[in-house]
Amino acid sequence: MAFDKMELREVEVWDGNFAAAQAMRQCQIDVVAAYPITPSTPIVEGYAKFLADNYVEGEYVMVESEHAAMSGCIGAAAAGGRVATATSSQGFALMVETLYQASGMRLPIVLNVVNRALAAPLNVNGDHSDMYLGRDSGWIQFDAYCPQDAYDLNFIAFKVSEDHDVRLPAMVHQDGFMTSHTAQGVRTLKDDDAYGFVGDFKPMNDMLDFEHPVTHGVQTEEDWHFEHKARQHNDLMTKVLPKIQTAFDEFEKLSGRKYNIVEKYDMDDADVAVVCMGTSVETAREVATEMREKGIKAGVVGLRVIRPFPFMQIQEALKGCKAVATLDRSSPNGAPGMLFNEISGCLYNLETRPMLSGKVYGLGGRDLTKKHLTDLYTELQANVDAGKVTTPLQEFIGVRGPKLSFL
Amino acid sequence: MSEMKKIKNLKEFSTSADRFEGANLLCPGCAHSIIVREVLNATNDDLVLSASTGCLEVCTAVYPYTSWDASWIHIGFENGSTAVAGAEAMYKALKTKGRLKQPDRNPKFVSFAGDGASYDIGFQWISGCMERGHNIMHVVLDNEVYANTGGQRSSSTPIGGSNTTTPAGRVSYGEKQNKKDMVAIMAAHGIPYSAQVAPNKWKDMVKKIQHGFAVDGPVFINAVSPCTTEWKFDPKDTMMLTDLSTDSLVFPLYEIIDGHELNITYRPKNVVPVEEYLAAQGRFKHLFKDEYKYLIKEWQERVDANWAYLNRREEARV
Repeated sequence: MAFDKMELREVEVWDGNFAAAQAMRQCQIDVVAAYPITPSTPIVEGYAKFLADNYVEGEYVMVESEHAAMSGCIGAAAAGGRVATATSSQGFALMVETLYQASGMRLPIVLNVVNRALAAPLNVNGDHSDMYLGRDSGWIQFDAYCPQDAYDLNFIAFKVSEDHDVRLPAMVHQDGFMTSHTAQGVRTLKDDDAYGFVGDFKPMNDMLDFEHPVTHGVQTEEDWHFEHKARQHNDLMTKVLPKIQTAFDEFEKLSGRKYNIVEKYDMDDADVAVVCMGTSVETAREVATEMREKGIKAGVVGLRVIRPFPFMQIQEALKGCKAVATLDRSSPNGAPGMLFNEISGCLYNLETRPMLSGKVYGLGGRDLTKKHLTDLYTELQANVDAGKVTTPLQEFIGVRGPKLSFL
Repeated sequence: MSEMKKIKNLKEFSTSADRFEGANLLCPGCAHSIIVREVLNATNDDLVLSASTGCLEVCTAVYPYTSWDASWIHIGFENGSTAVAGAEAMYKALKTKGRLKQPDRNPKFVSFAGDGASYDIGFQWISGCMERGHNIMHVVLDNEVYANTGGQRSSSTPIGGSNTTTPAGRVSYGEKQNKKDMVAIMAAHGIPYSAQVAPNKWKDMVKKIQHGFAVDGPVFINAVSPCTTEWKFDPKDTMMLTDLSTDSLVFPLYEIIDGHELNITYRPKNVVPVEEYLAAQGRFKHLFKDEYKYLIKEWQERVDANWAYLNRREEARV
């Protein structure tokens, strides 16, 4: 190969953005089409520097918008090669139209999403508002809690997305600034091991095979549209989670790092639990340990895969709990939080189901403190003792001014 | 560069490749299929094509059928040019890495789009592709209206036309704006080649398409595409309408090399008055009422002024 290998130490101090860029380098992407946006910008900048220093080979297309970034990625993926890009917030919102087109054409693309609030008011900090715009777009969605996850999940994402049985694009989410700009120790893979894990790209129905011309992106009206969408949905629901599990298992063999579709922490005998995503998972784990010292049987359920939604795994994780709170880092205007809705949907058919309360936290980068979580576990235990949910359906944690709650 | 395809006559030309099948759902008399066929038949090289949302797209790739015997992609209304640019980037990447399945092939990358998908909603994407210098050709099937959605005005719609969103009525003569000069805007990007073509002047068109395929960098082609439905004429008269548009100089044929050097490529022996062009189409019918006749005069003045401008540009050699 014409490009140079990079000597990495066993542990490097990287933030989440650079960790993602390093993973992209080690996967040796063929085409990156990108447009910068805070806080994901350093990913594409990092990749550009790797290109400038001959650590990667390929085409880097600096397009004029995020919509064009994904459009270029779609054309490149249809042409038959490894494709990736990154975005955040308003850029993600601009991309949404094309997200559906990428998944509808069953094209493998990896998108690093550094989650950030949506304007207005304008805010560059982390929350999950943007994540949900793409929730129903047919993409696989992974969630990283720290720079190490951001690095590792990129390899998993390429491997699953490019699998010929899957052929669906994948996102890797990380929390804006909290993960993307916070440097931590990241255990690395050697270049050859990393590339060996994702393997060579194997094209399928590629536009550059001139002996077999293909038509991508056809029109299907009422006579076929339903079948195509149903098949895509069915494949996402039935094929993807087993593939992810296999990829997690293989990755554990390679790296020693174990990932689960649903990350359970102290859940075996938990009475009270919180369900959360992103950086809040690690904070919740720490507080849960402290609560156990105080005699409250606390646990944490972290979502590792958002789409396809791991319905059965969540049921299994929460079925023994008495009181559960969902932590939503977004506020879908006019409805309870996304996690609250989806988790309650999961639990409805259980014979004995935990009491559920919905909490909204951390919008626009507001900190979630250990105090917030201590109070939350205490509240959940009070619910258990009272035998009912004593608080409103939805409450905001850590918002200034009069307490805001609904229902 | 691969060898340029040689074409003897129209009969041979029209059947020389057939990578765009006759089986499609375009209206009888639609010029789109003629233009597409002329573009594709100008080369024997492999093709990677896109079509933006529009008549061409919805009429040629309705599952489980396709009219395209070449690789083809449709994403959305606005981003066909960028899709092809992405495919071109992948071609370059795989070539560098030695991973092309047929490394000896020399594919051409073409995006087709209507005037709405080019002049309006796709403007930014095309501008981006031109500025970045992708080795692609963007061909506009310019029928001066959103035909696929039923006849709304676009920024290519000429003044005085009656359309569904700018209809002529008791107090309106229809479209109020002049047509956007897209070729000038694209040439201003400094691209190696931009040109206006018409399907009736097929030799001129083939020459321009082949020139476009031969240069290194982005190429912009604006093709006049008379629309039977929205221009309101008999399907058998498509070529007559095309003749009228080129011979009246409403749609002059010229090329701009490297963003500045302008060559007029067709000078009609007998220039037809604009009035004849307007009279042949239902969309301008109301202009012949007494109160709007001044607009026909203005039309003629505008066309004359533009022709004089093109001639001055050509003479100036700048």
